[in-house]
Amino acid sequence: MPVHPILSAMRHNKVGALLIGLQISVTLAILCNALLIIHQRLAQLSRPSGTDEANLFAIANEWIGAGDHTAGVVNDVAALRAMPGVAGAYVTNTYPLSNKGGGSAVWIRPPVDGTQPPAADTAMYYGDEQTLQTLGLRLIAGRNFSPTDIVTSTDDSQPVPDGLIVTQALARKLFPHSPAVGRGIYINGWTRTVPVIGVVERLQGPLVSGGGDLGGANVDNSVLMPYRDVADEAYYVVRAEPGQLAAVIKASRQRLLQLDANRLIAKVQPFSAARAAVYHDDRGLAVILAIVCAVLLVVVACGIVGLTSYWVSQRRRQIGIRRALGATRPAVARYFQTENLMIAAAGGIGGAALGLAANIWMVENLQMARMPVSYLVAGLAAVLALGQLAVLSPALRAAAVPPAEATRTV
Amino acid sequence: MFGYYLTLALRSLRRNPALTALMIVAIAVGIGAAMTTLTVLHILSGDSLPGKRTQLFFPQVDPTPADLYNAHHPLNMMDYGSAVDLWNARRADRQTLVVQSPVKVSAPGVDRPPMMLTLLATTSDFFPMFEVPFEYGGGWTAQEDKNRVHVAVISSDLNDKLFAGQDSVGRTIRLKDSDVRIVGVLEPWRPHPLFYDVEGSVTGNMVSMGYYGKPEDVFMPFFAALDVNDGNFSQFTCWGRGPARPGHLEDSPCLWVALWVQLGSAAKVADYRAFLNNYAQQQKAVGRFANTDTRMLDLMQRLDYEQVIPGNVKLQTWLAVAFLAICLFNMMGLLLAKFLRRAGDIGVRRALGASRQAVCAQYLAEAGMIGLIGGIGGWLLTLSGLWLVRRQQMPYSDLVHVDVSTFIITFVLAVAVSLLAGALPAVRASRVAPALQLKTL
Repeated sequence: MPVHPILSAMRHNKVGALLIGLQISVTLAILCNALLIIHQRLAQLSRPSGTDEANLFAIANEWIGAGDHTAGVVNDVAALRAMPGVAGAYVTNTYPLSNKGGGSAVWIRPPVDGTQPPAADTAMYYGDEQTLQTLGLRLIAGRNFSPTDIVTSTDDSQPVPDGLIVTQALARKLFPHSPAVGRGIYINGWTRTVPVIGVVERLQGPLVSGGGDLGGANVDNSVLMPYRDVADEAYYVVRAEPGQLAAVIKASRQRLLQLDANRLIAKVQPFSAARAAVYHDDRGLAVILAIVCAVLLVVVACGIVGLTSYWVSQRRRQIGIRRALGATRPAVARYFQTENLMIAAAGGIGGAALGLAANIWMVENLQMARMPVSYLVAGLAAVLALGQLAVLSPALRAAAVPPAEATRTV
Repeated sequence: MFGYYLTLALRSLRRNPALTALMIVAIAVGIGAAMTTLTVLHILSGDSLPGKRTQLFFPQVDPTPADLYNAHHPLNMMDYGSAVDLWNARRADRQTLVVQSPVKVSAPGVDRPPMMLTLLATTSDFFPMFEVPFEYGGGWTAQEDKNRVHVAVISSDLNDKLFAGQDSVGRTIRLKDSDVRIVGVLEPWRPHPLFYDVEGSVTGNMVSMGYYGKPEDVFMPFFAALDVNDGNFSQFTCWGRGPARPGHLEDSPCLWVALWVQLGSAAKVADYRAFLNNYAQQQKAVGRFANTDTRMLDLMQRLDYEQVIPGNVKLQTWLAVAFLAICLFNMMGLLLAKFLRRAGDIGVRRALGASRQAVCAQYLAEAGMIGLIGGIGGWLLTLSGLWLVRRQQMPYSDLVHVDVSTFIITFVLAVAVSLLAGALPAVRASRVAPALQLKTL
């Protein structure tokens, strides 16, 4: 297909071509960024927590009134473990997917001065010898806590423990070249480093929804501390036997209130509900973007159909002359298709630049990832295909113009 | 003449129903998306205290020791000593300390189980400084701050719960284990964002949704509140051995108190900055501070620093604006095609004596009419979009509402966009050479 006649015809139609090109540009810019965001959010919300989510739930317990709650907590945990349908239970400060709780910077030796950055940022969970089994974590090195490791942590005092369990992600970050078990970890305020006694395959930190020091790339950094949490507010994490979750949730709330009514059970949340809640925004954004992209493509396609149809009807006579001079129907259709391809390609190149610029802005302002070139290529292919699809019907209509049109008089 | 153009426009729109519908839908969707996201953005960016946003400042000093690693110095809070020193110095027009803590609230003689609410320990300047509206009574005095008097101001919500919305000034509520006399009841007050509490999103996990929650339910004089709710205060961060007794932070190496000041003029701002720097230098000289970094952001800078507006909302707004731009280009192309297809009509009109301006006006009227009809669709889409936002469990959902200004802006925007889209096609239409067109008839 010779390009020259198309170009010189386009010179008479600058505005129309420009408008289609602009639409294609902005569409491509939106499309590739939206796809990137959708992909990123979906990847984010499908990250595993490392736990047996389907059978786990957490009970938020608040003791009313001051005092030592150690006996109460010990009783509660024993009672929960003894309930029918319960596969495991322990008391903790927070739980995976809860989006609550904090963490700490850790060093592998006490920092000498303030200029030394930490070796890693990590989430912190309290737990005991049954935590691994309750959550369904897999120990890949070292040993689990033993009952004698567990120390009591109150609002007032948090003793320096004798050993820690870390996740594989954290172990690799802290000790990339050697086994972590036996190595020491230091946290601000401690009097000494504490050895790692075990490594679990995976346990996601609780702050999964955002970036920040503890989310994003650091989300799989977790430490299990051998603490029995007897603070005024704490969580019981319970694992039900498969299929028994609903029954156990109901029974455990009653059991706790029956043991001691002087408490507030602020919330009982299955891990599956926690996952839905914590990723609610991410899923919502992905859905909105998908809808916007779909509507966008339809609107742009309609616009191309409308404008090209106009061009076709405007050039009926010229098309007739071409047909009379021997151009075949496919040649006429190809003319409009090539024209559209040229406009879409030019718009697409502009759109790729615009999309990259938008991506750079988002990387700087909205903690977005860099866009891989594959997205631009895919987006470009999509808008070219869209243009061809939209131009098909007007092009066929142009091809149907009879050669006799040339003979109609002025 | 304008009325006649409108009749012509209607007739012309009816001639090409598919094209007309396409343009109307495009403009409606574009306007609906833009108005929904702009409304949410407007709510979140906060128009609280418009008159004072340049007068309120958030001074920060850095009392942390040299070996406390943190990437975000100076931190958002101060230790008790520094905060009270700066507050006591009274170098600003107004100054107030703020500290939040959870507190158990009940009322003697009211049959209702105790509630866990949030107590704001603050000082008398808080109310005039942040223009807090009172329904009954008022704040307390500076003297009452100093004398640690057990008085409180309660929120309208709490007053409804405990006292059925009656004037409860003079009545007593029980905070933890102390009886406190109510001196004021607020009107429903919902500053958004909750600017004086902003803290921690940059240093924490970027979840800034907390800034659109409700204000505290109980306000008490700062020092009295420290007595009443002793043991329930939590630190922003600590170093060394931390607090000797948890929840009691006055003498601890912890950051937990925030200070806001009001400064009425640029000179006063400069003076206060100098004062703050001096204070830091002085504290370093006596060995209490290791760093002399200070910072003093005004209210808007502060909100910006904390990235209070959620990234998702910004993203959606940009998306909606780009979407509207596409709708604009789209409509422009279609109008161009539509108008120029009637080059013959235009030629006749021009030949019969219509001026270029008249032709231009006629086609602009047609574009404007599309905008108006599209505006109705856009308004309905905005309503449903905002309804969807309200249905989501966002802390700011209850703030989303539709008012007359939204309504007017929707239509103004719709008509403006379509006139913009119609401008170029109308001008092109008015440039049609009559002779050429008449020849082809």
